[in-house]
Amino acid sequence: MIEIHNMYKTYQINQIEIHALQGINLSIRKNEFVAIVGPSGSGKSTLMNMLGCLDAPTSGTYILDNMDVSSLTDDEMAEIRSKKIGFIFQSFNLIQKLTALENVELPLIYAGVKSSERLKRAKLALEKVGLGERLHHKPNELSGGQQQRVAIARALINNPPIIFADEPTGNLDTKSGVEVLNLLKELHKSGNTIVLITHDNDIANQANRIIRINDGKIVEDRQVI
Amino acid sequence: MGFFQAYKMAIKSIMTNKGRSFLTMLGVIIGVASVISAVAFAQGSTKNITDSIQKLGTNLIQITLTGRNSNRDMSYEDLKKFAAENTDVIGAVAPQSSTNARVKYGNTNMNTTIIATSPEYESIRNVHVTQGRFLLDFDLEYRQNVALVGTAVVNELFEKVNPIGEKIKINGQIFKIVGILEERANGATRSDDDQIIIPITSSRMVMGTSSIRNFAVEATSAEKVKPAMERLETFLLDIYKNENAFRVFDQSQMLETLDNVTGSMMIVLGGIAAISLIVGGIGIMNIMLVSVTERTKEIGIRKAIGAKRKHILTQFIIEATVVTGMGGIIGILLGFSIIKFVIGGLGLVPPVYSIPWAMIAFGISLLVGIIFGLFPAYKAASLKPIEALRTE
Repeated sequence: MIEIHNMYKTYQINQIEIHALQGINLSIRKNEFVAIVGPSGSGKSTLMNMLGCLDAPTSGTYILDNMDVSSLTDDEMAEIRSKKIGFIFQSFNLIQKLTALENVELPLIYAGVKSSERLKRAKLALEKVGLGERLHHKPNELSGGQQQRVAIARALINNPPIIFADEPTGNLDTKSGVEVLNLLKELHKSGNTIVLITHDNDIANQANRIIRINDGKIVEDRQVI
Repeated sequence: MGFFQAYKMAIKSIMTNKGRSFLTMLGVIIGVASVISAVAFAQGSTKNITDSIQKLGTNLIQITLTGRNSNRDMSYEDLKKFAAENTDVIGAVAPQSSTNARVKYGNTNMNTTIIATSPEYESIRNVHVTQGRFLLDFDLEYRQNVALVGTAVVNELFEKVNPIGEKIKINGQIFKIVGILEERANGATRSDDDQIIIPITSSRMVMGTSSIRNFAVEATSAEKVKPAMERLETFLLDIYKNENAFRVFDQSQMLETLDNVTGSMMIVLGGIAAISLIVGGIGIMNIMLVSVTERTKEIGIRKAIGAKRKHILTQFIIEATVVTGMGGIIGILLGFSIIKFVIGGLGLVPPVYSIPWAMIAFGISLLVGIIFGLFPAYKAASLKPIEALRTE
């Protein structure tokens, strides 16, 4: 599913070079539930940006779903994000002026799905995350847990094979956090590939495989039994 | 993403910021409303003048003598003789000398226009008498001091007195009123209602001269206007030997001149309108740039979930055009209200509602949206998703 060879990423900030990723080699198979763990500044967010096609690496190759995506144009990357990737962010990243339903609909608009089908699928996705009663609420009328579930519904709406979750429980209370993790586990069971980025070992332990990263290098890669 | 979808998104964005959107629109609203009402005013005054020119009659030819011939000028007698020799094209001729004079009745005074002419004036210039009679050949032959007065003169000088038979003083000369002219008021020109008409032969003391510089000639039909003018020009050239010593013109030339005036007026108005719309457009660009900065996060989210450059570009351009388009529509409505209540209310010119101009104004406002929305939209579309997501 994901094949990374010798990936480097260097940022230039005020003439200082920051080597965020230094030779990452990684392979993730279909339907794995992987946690990428590391302290802040370790390079895990940079890695997620690369894996999620939000940014292009400085060097190295990235094969996603049998396709080389290491050097695509902005629009080609947008196409990949639209078809193959779902994102769940720590701060939910919902658009405040849109209702839950409209937020979930959005990826379908950009994928060119027609209106009647969009509505049907968006409703279904929100029902799936238990928000069938909250379709027309705006994000600020929902609790953090509910907002994150809207974000999950949005990530799922296009049936992407891979879901990236960047600290999905970081802004949530324990109970909501557990709910969100359970949702991710369900998704995994139903066949999705899940990549979870976290600094919290307890959360990482919910995954089937833990990749630990530090100073832009992978320092540990183990299966959780 | 369809046009309708983008349009819905734009409406949503505009509605979340109603106050700001309205202020942004204001530039376009004022621009469009001023174009519409200024054009209406121009067209209204043109229509007014055109109407009054046409009311004078389409067969009318006017002669103005501007130069002099040391030997002889063309006299009224010369013209009458010429007309009699050219009855196939010329129906009637009338002298028309005019001056401003002080008119007195009892203790009441007024300044007004005096026209000295002949009985033919009645049919040539299409004037009507409501009471009494017009000038007669007899008046001219015997140099009668008689006068016809317009309704404005009647109102000004004669309170509750029937003017017929009363005597007035024009520049000190006593004239007897024999008729009242029909009201012609049409709003635009100071109207012909303040005129006093007297016989040309009794006008020397009033005018201070006996030479006549202006004549009205009636062609036998509208088709004969051209040949009549040509013959008149030949005739006059023969007398003056100089093309610049006289002018022979008909209504079409006056209308042409009017068209030129209207044309330049429209160019000036167009220039002012263009400037105001550019100012409005700059306002829109300014606000759109602020909006792009404010919504960097939103743009980042949209891109992260699959929006391409063209999606963001269309969204912002459509947002700009919806703002200017709505501004355009409100501006047209405001412009039409100004036409109805201000122009119509003042009654100076008839209100004209020009649909083509409204459509042009609307089209231009959309164009302003596209042109001035392009740069901010391009800026938004070029944002990198990770950088956009990082901002709060």
